[in-house]
Amino acid sequence: MQETTTINNNFKSEEYFINMGPQHPATHGVLRLLLTIDGEIIKKVEPDLGYIHRSIEKMCERDSYQQIVHLTDRMDYLSSHINNEAVCLTVENALQLEIPERVKVVRTIIGELTRIASHCLWWGVMGMDVGALTTYFYGFRDREMINDIFEETCGARLTMNYNVPGGLMWDIHPNFVNRVKAFVKHFKTKIPEYDRLLTGNVIFQKRTKGVGVLSKEDAISFGASGPVGRGSGYSCDVRKYHPYSALDKVTFKESLQTAGDTFARYQVRIQEMWQSLSIVEQLIDNIPEGEHRVKTNAVIKLPKGEFYQKVETARGELGVYVISTGTKNPYRLKFRSPGFSNLSLLNHIAVGGKIGDLVATMATLDLVIPDIDR
Amino acid sequence: MTNEALQKLISSWFPNPEAGITPEPIQVSEGEGIAEPQEPINPSLLEFTEEGSQFLNVSVKPENLHELMTQLKASNETSFDYLFCLSGVDWGTALGVVYHLESTTYRHSIVVKVKTEDREDPNFDSVCDIWRTAEFHEREVFDFFGIKFHNHPNLKRLFLTEEWDGFPLRKDYVDEINMVIK
Repeated sequence: MQETTTINNNFKSEEYFINMGPQHPATHGVLRLLLTIDGEIIKKVEPDLGYIHRSIEKMCERDSYQQIVHLTDRMDYLSSHINNEAVCLTVENALQLEIPERVKVVRTIIGELTRIASHCLWWGVMGMDVGALTTYFYGFRDREMINDIFEETCGARLTMNYNVPGGLMWDIHPNFVNRVKAFVKHFKTKIPEYDRLLTGNVIFQKRTKGVGVLSKEDAISFGASGPVGRGSGYSCDVRKYHPYSALDKVTFKESLQTAGDTFARYQVRIQEMWQSLSIVEQLIDNIPEGEHRVKTNAVIKLPKGEFYQKVETARGELGVYVISTGTKNPYRLKFRSPGFSNLSLLNHIAVGGKIGDLVATMATLDLVIPDIDR
Repeated sequence: MTNEALQKLISSWFPNPEAGITPEPIQVSEGEGIAEPQEPINPSLLEFTEEGSQFLNVSVKPENLHELMTQLKASNETSFDYLFCLSGVDWGTALGVVYHLESTTYRHSIVVKVKTEDREDPNFDSVCDIWRTAEFHEREVFDFFGIKFHNHPNLKRLFLTEEWDGFPLRKDYVDEINMVIK
């Protein structure tokens, strides 16, 4: 008996490294995490980035503003329309262009549909990450309807390139309004289905409640934005504080949760789908008639100065910071991407948890790697 | 707070010690015409401008950077608790960092700029201890501009490999193989 106790006292646990990614299914892309682990408890998470870094910011310095719009698709490809809009708004505000109301409304509708599509995909993979494969097919089924609408109007399903400085590439398809209405009607019956399938599931709730808790102070300090910030009770919706396009004409409630855990971030996104549907409903019947584009010069030169534009993508706050010297290329262009700041807090909220919790936590950070590796 | 009020408050934190002394009149030898009018001495060590930007811009010397940032966050009247963008910029001769700050309480914004002429060994104080988001952003700036940050807990390359030669976002970076120059 005495001897056993001695052995137990001498039993030492040892810290070791484990490599997660860059080809891990739960990292949703080429992200490599170096985990320092004691048993199954995480001591440190260190992201290793740069596997798909294309240096978009350097490319922008040699490109014209029309070309830059197309590059932004390749950052957060699930919010491609909103990324395009960010650059277009920067250019339009710098040139003080008067944008037709029709353009603003159509941009907002497509932006909110993009958000729903992105959240559908997120919801599918979120379930898959915690072991519920069915959600993946449900999420993709509904996302497909939105992609079909985009394909008809924009000509592309993912990297839409529908925005140009000054307006839209071309007018909306005649079927657009009816198809969007059909989708809204369809999707209103599907979100309750999502809730029945996953939100109320006991196993799912046990996997997510109290996991990866982020306090409001830390959320602000780490620069969290989007659903990650709002899950911690931090009111940070750019659509509320700095409304752009037609967002000042609609009423919607910012979805806030105060728990700050994985489940709170999950709930925020589910509520955001309802909010986005409501925004689309408010606008779809009243798309103003008019031009879909105002004429701009073939070579766009921004006046000398600095311009900053922020928009709310499906992941959070995207900032475009342009320093112009008055030529046809930006002198410096910086993208403040939401995923980059949200990734920086991963170590803070994952330490002390288990590897399985890390997967659930990462699922609700909703990282898109090209957004981080710009 | 309006930009004017912000400017008044912040400039009072950093009084210029030389501002109180009247400058000595320059001796002009006869026949050389009229002397250039003296520029008024800035009463503060900071320089403010709103020209060509939608925000209030503050330029600060590197040695005052950390003190100013600490004050901006800690003061109850400014309370800039959200660092929403941190960018490195190569101004040609000088290298610098631009900080975009916003207050989540008052929703006012400010831009702080810091520059150095030293391209061989550019150095600034880190603001990681004030806003934790700066940790990753400063690593990115170090990676692409080679700007070092004092007191950064983990200053190493973020996207590129350790053995990468040069700093790609600098204007004088050359890579004949991978860069397409038009």
